[in-house]
Parts: sequence; C-alpha cells; structure tokens
Amino acid sequence: MAHDNSYVDKKFNVVGTRFNRPDGIDKVTGKARYGADASAPGQLVGKVLRSPHAHAQILKINTSKAEKLQGVKSIITFEDLPDLTGADQGMADILENCMARGRALYDGHAVAAVAAVDEQTAAKALKLIDVKYKKLPHVTDVDEAMLPTAPIIHDRIFTRGVEPKPTKPSNISSRTEMGNGDIEAGFAEADIIVEHSFKTEQTHQGYIEPHACLASVNPDGTAELWVTTQGHFVFRNVCAGLLGLDIAKLKVTSSEIGGGFGGKTHVWVEPVALALSRKANRPVKMVMSRDEVFRATGPTSSTSIDVKLGAKKNGRITAAIAELRYQGGAFPGNWAMLGCMTAFACYDIKNNKSIGWDVLVNRPKVTAYRAPSAPMAAFAVESAMDILAKELGMKAIDVRLKNVAREGTLAPYGPTYGPIGIEDTLKAVKAHPHMRAKLKPNQGRGVACGFWFNIGGQTSTDLNIGVDGTVNLAVGTVDVGGSRSSLAMIAAEELGIDYEDVKANIADTTSLGHNDMTEGSRGTFSSGMATIYAAREAIEVLKQRAAQTWGIPVEDVAWEAGHAVATGKGHGNLPKLSLREIAAKSGRTGGPIAGHNEVTADGAGMGFASHICDVEVDPETGRSTIVRYTVVQDAGKAINPDYVEGQFQGGATQGIGWALNEEYIYGDDGRLQNPGFLDYRIPVCSDLPFIDTKILEIPNPNHPYGVRGVGETSIVPPLAAVANAIANATGVRMGHAPMSPPRVLAALDALDAG
Amino acid sequence: MRYETPASAKEAAGLLKKEKGAAFLLAGGTDLLVKLKMGIVEPDLVVDIKRIPKISDIQSSAKGFTIGAAVSGAELGEHAGLKKAWPGVVEAANLIGSDQIQGRATLPGNLCNASPAADSVPALIAAGAKAVVVGPLKKRTVPVEKVMIGPGKTSLAKGELIEAITLPKAEPRSGDAYLRFTPRTEMDIAVVGIAISLKLERGVIKKARVVLGAVAPTAIVVAAAARAIVGSKLDDKALDKLAAACSAACNPIDDKRGTIEYRVRVAGVLAKRAAKIAFQRAGGSL
Ligand SMILES: Cc1cc2nc3c(=O)[nH]c(=O)nc-3n(C[C@H](O)[C@H](O)[C@H](O)COP(=O)(O)OP(=O)(O)OC[C@H]3O[C@@H](n4cnc5c(N)ncnc54)[C@H](O)[C@@H]3O)c2cc1C
Repeated sequence: MAHDNSYVDKKFNVVGTRFNRPDGIDKVTGKARYGADASAPGQLVGKVLRSPHAHAQILKINTSKAEKLQGVKSIITFEDLPDLTGADQGMADILENCMARGRALYDGHAVAAVAAVDEQTAAKALKLIDVKYKKLPHVTDVDEAMLPTAPIIHDRIFTRGVEPKPTKPSNISSRTEMGNGDIEAGFAEADIIVEHSFKTEQTHQGYIEPHACLASVNPDGTAELWVTTQGHFVFRNVCAGLLGLDIAKLKVTSSEIGGGFGGKTHVWVEPVALALSRKANRPVKMVMSRDEVFRATGPTSSTSIDVKLGAKKNGRITAAIAELRYQGGAFPGNWAMLGCMTAFACYDIKNNKSIGWDVLVNRPKVTAYRAPSAPMAAFAVESAMDILAKELGMKAIDVRLKNVAREGTLAPYGPTYGPIGIEDTLKAVKAHPHMRAKLKPNQGRGVACGFWFNIGGQTSTDLNIGVDGTVNLAVGTVDVGGSRSSLAMIAAEELGIDYEDVKANIADTTSLGHNDMTEGSRGTFSSGMATIYAAREAIEVLKQRAAQTWGIPVEDVAWEAGHAVATGKGHGNLPKLSLREIAAKSGRTGGPIAGHNEVTADGAGMGFASHICDVEVDPETGRSTIVRYTVVQDAGKAINPDYVEGQFQGGATQGIGWALNEEYIYGDDGRLQNPGFLDYRIPVCSDLPFIDTKILEIPNPNHPYGVRGVGETSIVPPLAAVANAIANATGVRMGHAPMSPPRVLAALDALDAG
Repeated sequence: MRYETPASAKEAAGLLKKEKGAAFLLAGGTDLLVKLKMGIVEPDLVVDIKRIPKISDIQSSAKGFTIGAAVSGAELGEHAGLKKAWPGVVEAANLIGSDQIQGRATLPGNLCNASPAADSVPALIAAGAKAVVVGPLKKRTVPVEKVMIGPGKTSLAKGELIEAITLPKAEPRSGDAYLRFTPRTEMDIAVVGIAISLKLERGVIKKARVVLGAVAPTAIVVAAAARAIVGSKLDDKALDKLAAACSAACNPIDDKRGTIEYRVRVAGVLAKRAAKIAFQRAGGSL
C-alpha cells in the first residue's frame, strides 16, 4: 500500500497533549535495565589494556604471563580481530580504533583485552600483559597538525579535494569547498567588512551511562549482544562485518540508554566483547570506566575557524566567507564538511563560501555530538554577526532579520528551502518579554541562531492489536529522549483510541526490518511516519473485518474516532463497531489484526532556533554566570510538548557547558589530563537558571503531522549566545571557547591594557 | 583486606600500629573509598572509627568546641552554636562536595587526606583549631597547621589518628569567613581558597589571621596579609595591601584546574571579599 507523506492540517485529539513516559516508573525506581544490567550464566568480565602514549609503535605484546593467571579465559590483540573489511576503509578505521594494529594512535587506544572470571582477575591480568612501545612524535592541536612539520599520523592519507593531487601524505584528510555567488564581487560591494578568528576546544557528549554490553558468541556462528546503543541494527551490521558473522545470526538487543547524544552511534568495546567471547566460548560483559569513556570514545572536534563578513550600510550582507578546520581524532572524518554546510544556513547571503579542512590528530576518534559540527561553526558565524551589528550600529537581532533565510532561499549547501522557521524564531525572540527585562550591573544579553538539517532514513515498524483492543507498537529506533511516548501517542491518534491503550516497545534486531540509528533527530520523525502508515494498514484490516461482519463491501466502511462506520447507501442503520469489538472477534474473522510498515522516510524538516542568554560576568575573576536563558525553536509539530521542551533545555544546557567550562585538556605529553567529571566540568544543576522554552510549529510539508526533528538544533546557538552576552556585559569579544574564567579574565586584562 | 570497628581511639591506634601491610583509617570514606575504587590504594586493613562512642558528637564548653572525628559536614551545618561562633569554619566545611558528600565527609578526613585544596583546612587554621592526636601510647594536641606537611603527607606517626578537632571560644567582636574560587557552583575543587579570622576593638582590626589554600603545597598562614589589615578599618588602602600580600604569598602550580597567573590574581581578589565578610561578621561597618 502506497502512503502519502504530505502534511494535512487537522485537529488532533492525542497529539500535542502531555503524557508521562511509559518507561518512567522503571527509571525512577531503578528497575530499568541499562547496558550494565544484563547477566548470563557463566559470564566473564572483559577489560581493555589501553595505550599510555599519544602515539607509539607497538613493538611487541607479550600475553604469556597473563594467560597463566588463574581465572583468565581469553586474551585478545588485533590478531584475534583479523581484517575482513576488504576495500571498505571506513570499516577498517573502525576496526583499528577498536584495537590498535601495530601503532597506538592516541592516549587510551585499546591495545589488548582480557576476559576473566571476575573483575579483580581481569584487572590483574591487564597488569601482566607486557607491551613494548616505541614512542613516536605526536600532535594534538588542529592548527599544528596542519603544519608541514607535523608528525604524520597515517602515511596512507593524502589530502582529498585539492588540485593537483598531493604526492606527500598529510594530516589533512580532505578539503571541502561550497557556496554560492561571486565572493570577490560581494566583498567589493560591501561598505563594511568584519573579520575574526575563533577556536573551540574538544568536548565530550558526557552521557551519564558509560558504554556497556554483554556479548555471547557460539561456535556455530550464532551470537547475541545486549548493549546500550543509539542503533542496534547498525551495531549488528557493523559488528557482524568486523567479526565475519552472518547478520541474521547476530541478535542485538538495545538496553535502556542513559544518554548518547551521538556517542552511542559508534562501536567501541562491543566488537572486542564479541571477540573475547568467541575466544573464551563464554558470555563476556564489559562496562567502560569513566576514564575510558573520556579517553577512548567519541568526543567532538576541536576547531579553528576564520569568518569574514561584508555588508552594506543598511545591514544587508553582500558576502560571507568562512574557513573551518576540524580535527577528527586519529581517523579521517567529514566534520569540517558538516561545519561548512551549516555555517551560513540561517541566512540568505547571495555570495557565500565555506572552505573546510578535515584534520587528523593524536586524539580519540571523533563521533557525532548533537548537531555534529554545527555549534562550532555557529559560534564563529553568530559571533561575527554581532561584531558586524556593532560596526553597523544596528541591533544584533535586526541584522539577523535583515538577512534571514526564507522559503525559496538557496541554502549554501545546495537545496532551496521549503517553509522554514528561522524568521519566526527571530520575530518571537524580538517580541519576547525576556528581551525587555532589565539587566543589572556586569550583566549582558546575547542572541544567537542555529540550524540543523535533521534526517529521515530507513525505518520499520510493527503494530499488533490484542484481543482486548490494546495495541503493541514495536519500533526499531532506540528511545533516547521519550520517543516511546510520542510514538504511542501517534498510534493512538491514528487508531482513534486512548494513549493508555498503546504500549510502545523497542524490538530487537530479529523482530523487525532494519532501522537506522536514533540520530539526526530522526526518531520521532521517521518512526512516527512508519507508525502512522502501520496504523493505517491496521485500519484497513479493521475495516475489512467490519465489512465481513456486516456482509457489505469494504468500500462502504469508514474509520472514524476508533470505530468502523458503515457509510454506503442502505447501511445507515448498522451500529458502528469499535476497535475493541472488532479485535475481540478477530480469532473468528481471519486471525490477528496487525499493520506494519517499512519506509525510507524522506523529507526531514530543517530545524531552526534562536536563543536569548543573559550572563553576569565577575570583572575580578572572569567567572560568568548564566542568569536567564530562553530557547525559541521550530518543532514542526510537537507530538508531546514535554519532551520537546526537554530536548530544547538539554541541548541548551550542553551548549552552555561547552561555552563556559567543558574542555579536553591535553598535556605536552599528549595525554588527556581530565578524564573524569571532577575536572571535565559539565554544569551542575545549581550552575543554571531554569531554561525557558517556546515551541513554534511551522509544519514540515513532508510529514503527515508536520513533524520536524527537535533533538539537536538546541545545542547550536548557545556558544555564540553566551559569547555575545559576555561581549555585551564586558566589551570583550571571546574568540576561544570554552570561555572559562581564566580566559575571560585574560581578555578583560587585555582590554584594560588597551 | 580486613575491616575493623574498634571501640576506642586507642584501640584504633593499636590496630593501625600493629598492621604490617597498608593500613587506613576510615572516617566518612569520601576520599578513601574513591581511591580504593580507582585502585590508587590497596589496603590490607581498614579501621572504621564510626562505632567509637562519642566520636560523632560536638561538645561545647566554656573553652570552646570539641568536634569528634566522625562528625559530618551536615552535622556541623546544623549546629547553631558552632555556626554562630565560627561561621567561616562551618561554611568552609559545608562547601565540601554535595549533599551526599556532606552526609559523610569529616574535618579530620579533609585534613588527613592532605590535599592542598582542602576547603576546611584554611578556615580551621585561621580559627586557631587544634587536632587531638591519639597514639597507641599517648595523646597530644597539635595546631592544625602542623598536621599537613605536603600533598598527601601528614605529620602523624604510624599508629596515630585524630580523635577530635577543638576550636577555641570565639572572642567578642570577632568574625571569620572562608571563600573559594571554583568555576562551577559545587562539585568542584578550589582553585584558590582563603580564610580570614579577625577581632575588632572599637571598629579597628586588632588581630587577624589570613590563611590561603590551593596556592601552595599546603595551606599557608600569611602573616604579612594579617599585618596589612591590623590597625585598619578595612579601608581601600588596607584591602589593596592585603590583596598584594596574599598574591605575593602564593606559590601555586600550573595545572588543569588553574594557571599560576590566575591563582595569584584571584587570591588577592578573594582576600578582599573574605576580609569584608569577616569584618562585618565581627560587627564592623564598612
Ligand atoms: C564528589 C566529591 C566531592 C568532593 N568535594 C570536595 C570539596 O569541595 N572540597 C574538599 O576539600 N574536598 C572535597 N572532597 C574530598 C572529601 O570529601 C573531603 O576531603 C572529606 O572531608 C574527607 O573526609 P572523610 O571523612 O570522607 O575522609 P575519609 O575518606 O574517611 O579519609 C580521608 C583520609 O584521611 C584519613 N583519615 C580520616 N580520618 C582520620 C582521622 N580521624 N585521623 C587520621 N586520619 C584520618 C584516611 O585514612 C584517609 O587517608 C570531595 C570528594 C568527593 C568524592
């Protein structure tokens, strides 16, 4: 059955109201089972030996002493994970990141792993493994890594995207360029030109639950993996590929997830656990320590960015150029490319250009972090917008409105926008009482905008109706932010029944078709679409059963408010049949009633937001306190407003943490100095005011309910919103994030010194 | 690993003395258990003092206060008399960690963990606190500033432990205050800490003690800083001199928590602020 994804404006009964999440009780009572909460008979404990060096050749790994330790059941090195990746360099990188192959590429890179009967034995065994290293020169800074004198991390990498083709290997894995118009002509037209350089430090997603899994591989090639993940189907495919297993024989079950924000889109210890289990022929459980999470799982890039804007006196921007350098850790990524795509996406600028440099350094392999790469680009561009506004003598918000992207604007990265919400968010900000609230001494207010694409992708959903009329919804996108509630609401809306009559579950990989990850803010968009279609399929079955019961053609049956209604001429006196009544008779009318859907959800709606931030800066210590914060974002349609607001608040909080204090600190030895929550300073509750939110709903034309993604955009504006607020409070322009007290104090001193 | 719960401080001392392997005293455990879990310490013996009678009591007398070695930060914060007499000591102790940590953390634990950044230590020193040290054979009383001798090191001999902390009676028209700088509001380690205790006579500072934390291997008593404000009504000139003396006394390290330059600078800033609070608490008007 073909389904139409067009938006239809209609009145909702369930969608748009607020319900508690179905996983709530389990979570607040501690019953919820996370990655570390599974166990199996005979299970072993797995632990990883990690490189203490930023860059080193591994001359020899001697495991013989550890093997002799009582209780040790298997020890693996790269030799136990043979390279089956063929020509797929991306998979080869994942494999090498899971276990070093001849060279340790960063502090924390896995070198060997042990499975033993208990934790103490495993820890003891790690100490007995003797690794001979030869230290190599290292580089951890993105700008230094680009210098011709920098130590080369992979001599197989030659910069892509430059002409002529380079003959020497480089840490620059690729150069990207994109944009529209004639940049030189644009600057020639400008009355005013502003230029500034920015740096952002590396941050981690900081989810509270560390990576954890329980793996079990049998000699016949069947295997199971229980794991905390944002996408168990993708983990299945990747792990099967790396270990040479058949996809259908590896069953992956996703546990409850204690945060991911992109960090759980990637495998880290899971292939290692499977390899340990295969060798020991016993189940192996692995739980990373916080130290390991920081040192060896995907943080986001540190960056260095230059921005130049040219404008007419009336505020119209004639040209914009950005050069963005992003490090992806010890493996190539496309992070700078994403930075290029998002940098100017909020604006309608005739002549624009973005040049991206993807760079390798001796740091952990970067992975997605909530709207990956966009916050850094926005920090630079949105700060530059304020610098421009100041030069023009215009209000920062008016310069933005003057140049705002609208439906029909050609986006810098190619497409022409459909209906988008950036102008509405700016207007809502302008009208918000927050903008008129009085500021106290040493306080300043900043505004910034943000963009994220949002994505769709492959989804598969099953809906089964029980004989009592209650409904099981099986979905394959992991519930990270409350999507089970939203999807159950959507099913209830379509079927015309109560929310309480639908139970949504995350199915394992053997029970559904492939589902892409919960990433790119796609969960509710794509699974919501598949749920609508699955429910509509089920309604067709329900109508058939009613027609059969009544003995009339199915064309004469309609579905209204949870009931089959006879509509054709002459059937007027048939009493309507409820879903519950039809379900009760299903055993006699043709068996179980179900609907299912497999779809590649196209047409994700872009997400735009504008934030307002008030900050107070202590002029004597440089310490900044956020005193008020407001998020305005276009959700398309807020299925469950509670969780939409939660996403807005969470993203803003993470962005504020990044803006103020969060950063990876590396020593001269290339080792990470703060792999723990004490010195990697995520904001605590008392650091933040209540984050106020305002949901706008500009429907996405490519979703039946108008849904856009809402999970990521909210982390994009805060870095610049805070920087702009600090600039307005103190007169100093902070070009280096996080804007920690020592950095702000140094900038204040420099200002005083003139 | 063995775990013992002796019935007296003397018995605890004997157990510690006798042990040939690594022996540790356990008070609140907020440092010890963290180190144990991280594999930094591998004790053969843990001696828990919390079952010792009266060790969790705060006693007040005409001479001052005796705070048992197992009294938690939360209990200090709930003791009205102590808060009135030594608000700076209590606010320092209450800055340690979070609510959960406050339910456990003790003053001797903070002192004997011997971190240069320990929050309660500068305040105790400024207040003239003493440690009652019990050994297997004898008992001695030492000023708190004599206990910590370097990062992770104390002057306690093998088998010695602190049974209680004593605070003198607060003099009339005296006040104390503790301030620390941390990037976050809580769950953070002091980048700079400063305690000031002072006494007024007719609105003029008669006596003062100024103690810095987190800017040297141990908390430091800055006599020059005290001299800078004694005899003053805490006018701007005295405050500037105080700040300069505090900055000059700093001997910090450059680390992930703060640069040398920053620590030196902020020590002066906080000194002024803490002095003003102590001054007002002593009844002085600015
Ligand atoms: C999350 C967290 C946050 C923290 N925040 C702070 C902070 O903000 N500021 C701060 O200063 N500290 C902080 N700490 C450290 C710690 O909480 C304090 O140092 C606390 O005061 C230690 O007291 P305790 O009773 O828990 O010590 P324990 O862990 O029981 O003991 C610490 C050490 O002292 C020894 N010891 C304990 N009692 C005695 C005694 N009576 N005689 C001799 N030796 C003894 C022990 O053997 C051990 O070596 C924090 C710790 C955690 C885990």
